[in-house]
Amino acid sequence: MSEIERHSYDVVVIGAGGAGLRAAIGAHEAGARTAVVCKSLLGKAHTVMAEGGIAAAMGNVWAEDNWQVHFRDTMRGGKMLNHWRMAQLHAQEAPDRVWELESWGALFDRTKEGKISQRDFGGHRYARLAHVGDRTGLEMIRTLQQRAVAIGIDVFMECTITELFKDGDRISGAFGYWRESGRFIAFEAPAVILATGGIGKSFKVTSNSWEYTGDGHALAMEAGAPLVNMEFVQFHPTGMVWPPSVRGILVTESVRGDGGVLRNSEGKRFMFDYIPEFFKAETADTEEEADRWYDDHVNNRRPPELLPRDEVARAINSEVKAGRGTPHGGVYLDIASRRSAEFIQKRLPSMYHQFKELADVDITKEPMEIGPTCHYVMGGVEVDPDTQMSKVPGLYAAGEVAGGMHGANRLGGNSLGDLLVFGKRAGEDAAAYAARVVSSRPKIADESVTAAEKSALAPFEREGGENPYTVQRDLQETMHNLVGIIRTADEVTQALSRIEEFKGRVANLSVEGHRQYNPGWHLSIDLKNMLLVSECIARAALDRKESRGGHTRDDYPATDPSWGKVNVLCRLNDARTGVEVFHQDLPEMPDDLKQLFDDGGH
Amino acid sequence: MGYDLKMRVWRGDENGGELVDFTVPVEEGEVVLDAIHRLQATQAGDLAVRWNCKAGKCGSCSAEINGRPRLMCMTRLSVFDPAETVTVTPVRTFPVIRDLVTDVSFNYEKAKQVPAFSPPADLKPGEYRMAQVDVERSQEFRKCIECFLCQNVCHVIRDHDENKPAFAGPRFFIRYAELDMHPLDTVDRKDMLREEQGLGFCNITKCCTEVCPEHIKITDNAIIPMKERVVDVKFDPWTKFTRRRKSPEQPRTPANPSTGEVDHAQGA
Repeated sequence: MSEIERHSYDVVVIGAGGAGLRAAIGAHEAGARTAVVCKSLLGKAHTVMAEGGIAAAMGNVWAEDNWQVHFRDTMRGGKMLNHWRMAQLHAQEAPDRVWELESWGALFDRTKEGKISQRDFGGHRYARLAHVGDRTGLEMIRTLQQRAVAIGIDVFMECTITELFKDGDRISGAFGYWRESGRFIAFEAPAVILATGGIGKSFKVTSNSWEYTGDGHALAMEAGAPLVNMEFVQFHPTGMVWPPSVRGILVTESVRGDGGVLRNSEGKRFMFDYIPEFFKAETADTEEEADRWYDDHVNNRRPPELLPRDEVARAINSEVKAGRGTPHGGVYLDIASRRSAEFIQKRLPSMYHQFKELADVDITKEPMEIGPTCHYVMGGVEVDPDTQMSKVPGLYAAGEVAGGMHGANRLGGNSLGDLLVFGKRAGEDAAAYAARVVSSRPKIADESVTAAEKSALAPFEREGGENPYTVQRDLQETMHNLVGIIRTADEVTQALSRIEEFKGRVANLSVEGHRQYNPGWHLSIDLKNMLLVSECIARAALDRKESRGGHTRDDYPATDPSWGKVNVLCRLNDARTGVEVFHQDLPEMPDDLKQLFDDGGH
Repeated sequence: MGYDLKMRVWRGDENGGELVDFTVPVEEGEVVLDAIHRLQATQAGDLAVRWNCKAGKCGSCSAEINGRPRLMCMTRLSVFDPAETVTVTPVRTFPVIRDLVTDVSFNYEKAKQVPAFSPPADLKPGEYRMAQVDVERSQEFRKCIECFLCQNVCHVIRDHDENKPAFAGPRFFIRYAELDMHPLDTVDRKDMLREEQGLGFCNITKCCTEVCPEHIKITDNAIIPMKERVVDVKFDPWTKFTRRRKSPEQPRTPANPSTGEVDHAQGA
């Protein structure tokens, strides 16, 4: 066996975004020897991109708000497919998690009374998002990063985990490489928390960074933990569309929360034409009522621009298809004509900056051109709602990589809360689990280490294989064109046959150069993960024969109540050559929660 | 609209390296990082570069472009003449790992030395009350994306490795200022800032402020006020005698911007 760097911990957290850092803090404070391993430098994880805020029913702006209202909004936003228990815990615990950040040094914007200010967002009945201008994610990650550093958690930066180890059916550790040197590293740990975020890099137009290659999703599958709800991918309605190099970069929903409206090329506020039956009762049907709502939420209904993201993204898609799009294939997002330049610069400083510097557009004077961009995956590792443990003992998932919390569609602002609430729960339970197995710690087999090394180095061994960048681009094109925002059985079937071809191509990649900080090599390893999650998305999308939330089937346009009782799950097939889907009944909501819905929760 | 961009990119490692010439097709509206990515995808698969958000929010892709420290993702190619050669080199103050990637661990070590935010012991989470106007000063510094360009241009360490152990640098001066100006923090870090973190080395040339992609007024709003506060504590016996663990926030007279001199008669 080769000699590689080895470490022993009670809990190893993979990923250093909001969920990973909160999990590590939770595990550390519960007494576990804890390490965080992350692909980038500390503080650069994708959480930093979150703009709008953290949804938490603190009631600072609207005293009428409480966890029941937040729970109801979350379930309705998710088209009732959410795991009710996760949505409940999230709504109940988010306020404490926000206040905790404040006690660690976060500086949120304030109300006149000096409390944390809260802003409006799509799908939330009351102004509920704790925020710092439009850079809330940065505030959150910096706060958690500084807390983790202050309490002395070990951080392994620029270190990529490629495999998990098991001893029997239990997790026993993880294997990876240092990006800087290319040298290998192994962690012995009875508990591993996946906090690796999402999968956006499988799509061509995305708001996600290079790290979002579905690593945790794939590691879980390989370890035997099923994924749930993978057909549900959120296309954020407002990504930049021009210039081409910034296509997909996020434009925060706060623009709409703070008064911005969507118009087509004819200048029409078209969202009034797209109010679905499900949200009619709570959505304004005239511009006058919509405009009054900003100052009086009690006597007016919400503007249709603030419908959940899936509704708005589909509407934009339809307008562009109908020929009412902008010159660069989007629609207009206009706040310039509705709010003062001073208000816009104060509330949306980084949007102002982003458009000014990257697109030469002054958003205080002219509308933005925007269109849908792949933003978030609702699907993820199936976990126990209270502990976040997957079906594999010792393997946890928290944040975007976990499934269930958001059902068929996530509301804006519910991600940052999710990271905190379930990061903490995962960290604490992982520490407790590690303590329980202390006398029977699972071990890493030497053969597994040797095999992991061999697999990681394979792209260097092959001569004349394909360039990983080309394969990545082709995969992104395939997913974008065939499994994107609107799907049909024909196209998804085509995508699946291409995915079979990609398997051969990914197995035959070659990389140039040596192991030291070699992005081509890193991509060749990440591509395996991207391909596996792409197959999950395609298989689940083909299986669910209805339209709901972040899954729209042109051939099954209606929402089908019988599908509302079923979760689609993915696991590796017995031969481990591909993905198979299976069904599970949705967990039954208790009666006291059902009463929160007009229709009894059906 | 597109054209062939001539680029020179530094390639090498800790043992040395050289500028390598490339010609890469680019399109309208692109930024330097797009050109670097196209090089990676088509001509130099192992070209090492850090990046994450590609939207100026994470501070990963710092480099020197035609000698000027900038974020590659926020540097539009339209600022250069199409005939011009664009030269990209790694930031100079930190040791090269490979190509455009440098060892920035200095900054993470300095971060560990900052005593954390400490609220009053009897104040429960949820009970914090702060006015917007009082949090805004610290909020300015919390906009920092940790691109470390300010550290890179700071004369104290750019060409003086020997100063690094005793100098936190502008990024951390704003962190100390942020905590000092936090309405509810109870720890006094001023002696530490002077004695261990080298605030006195700074001679207010404002290079850090000039390169900050977040437009944080590092010198005027953080370094100068902190120099003032440190000096007050150090030399004014009355202040030293009466100061609480943390002095209440008061507006201070800014330093004379032309000389960097501080008016000690004011304040306290």
